[in-house]
Amino acid sequence: MNVTLQSAKMIGAGLATIGLTGVGAGVGIVFGSLVIAYSRNPSLKNELFGYTILGFALTEAIALFALMMAFLILFT
Amino acid sequence: MYNINQTFFSASPLEQFEIIPLIPLELFGLNMSLTNASIFLILSVALSIFWSTLVIYKNKLVPGNWQSVKEIFYDTTLTLVKDNLGKKGYRYFPFIFTLFTIILYCNLIGMVPYSFTVTSHIAFTFGLALAIYIGINIIGFRTHGIKFFTIFLPKGVPLFIVPLVVAIEFVSYVVKVFTISIRLFANMTSGHTLLKIIAGFVWTMISIGGVFVYLQIIPLVLLLALVGLEIGIALLQAYVFTLLTCIYLNDVLEMH
Repeated sequence: MNVTLQSAKMIGAGLATIGLTGVGAGVGIVFGSLVIAYSRNPSLKNELFGYTILGFALTEAIALFALMMAFLILFT
Repeated sequence: MYNINQTFFSASPLEQFEIIPLIPLELFGLNMSLTNASIFLILSVALSIFWSTLVIYKNKLVPGNWQSVKEIFYDTTLTLVKDNLGKKGYRYFPFIFTLFTIILYCNLIGMVPYSFTVTSHIAFTFGLALAIYIGINIIGFRTHGIKFFTIFLPKGVPLFIVPLVVAIEFVSYVVKVFTISIRLFANMTSGHTLLKIIAGFVWTMISIGGVFVYLQIIPLVLLLALVGLEIGIALLQAYVFTLLTCIYLNDVLEMH
C-alpha cells in the first residue's frame, strides 16, 4: 500500500485511543465510590468489593473496545 | 563475538497469536487439523482434571496448600452461584464451575513464556459465548414458554415509550454475546501484545550495547510489574465471565 494510506492509518489509530480518557475517568469513579461507600459502612469483602470488581471489569471492556478499534484501523 | 541478533527474535508482537497447524487433517471439507491452539486447550483440560483429582487425593479437614487453592476456587464459584442465582440455581453449579475452571486455566497457561493463550482468539471466546447464549435462551423458553418475550419489557414503564424501551432492551440482549466475548478476547490479546512490545524494548536495548545494557533494567522491571498485572487480569477476567453468565442466567430464570 502507498505511504499516504499507511500514515492515515497511524493517525486514525492515534485518534481512536482518545476514547480511553472517558474510561480512565470511569474507573476512577468506580473506585472512588468504593472508598466513599467503605467509609460510610465498612461491610467490605461481602458486597462492596465484589460490585467494585464487576464495575471495573465492565468499564475496562469499553477501554478494550476502543483499543480494538484502534488496532483494527492500524492493522487492516 | 556471539552476535545476539542471530537468536530467536519474532518480527512483530502479534506473531505470538498465530495458529500453526501441526497435523493437517481434512474431514468432510472442514479443517479439523491439530493446531497449537488445540494442543494447549487439551493441555488445559488435562491439567485441570489432573490437578483437581490430585489435590483431593489425601484430603484433610484442615487443607494443605494446594488443596486450599482449589477450595478457594470452589468457594468463589459457590458464592457466585448462591448470590446471583439463589436456591434454584444450584443445579447449574457444575456448569458454572467448569466454565470458570476452563477459562482460568486457559488464561493462566497463556502466562507461561512462549506458550499460547487459547482465550486470546475471538473464535474461541465467541464460540463459547454463543453456545452459552443459546443455552440460556433454551433454558428461558423451557421455563417460561412463550412468555419469555416479556424479558424485554421491564416493570413500570409508561405506555408511550414502550416501543423504544423494547427496541433498546432487545439490542442490549443481543449485544451481550459480543461484549462478553470481546471483553475476554481483547483483555488477553492486548495484555500479551503489551508484554511482547516491552520485551522487545529490552531486547533492542541490549542489542544496541554500550550504556543501554545497564539501562535495560528499567523496561525489565516494568515487564515484571506487567506480568504480575497480567496474572491478576487473567484471574479477574475468568471471574467476570462467570459472574456475567450467572447474572444473565438469573435474568432469564427470574425476570417475570
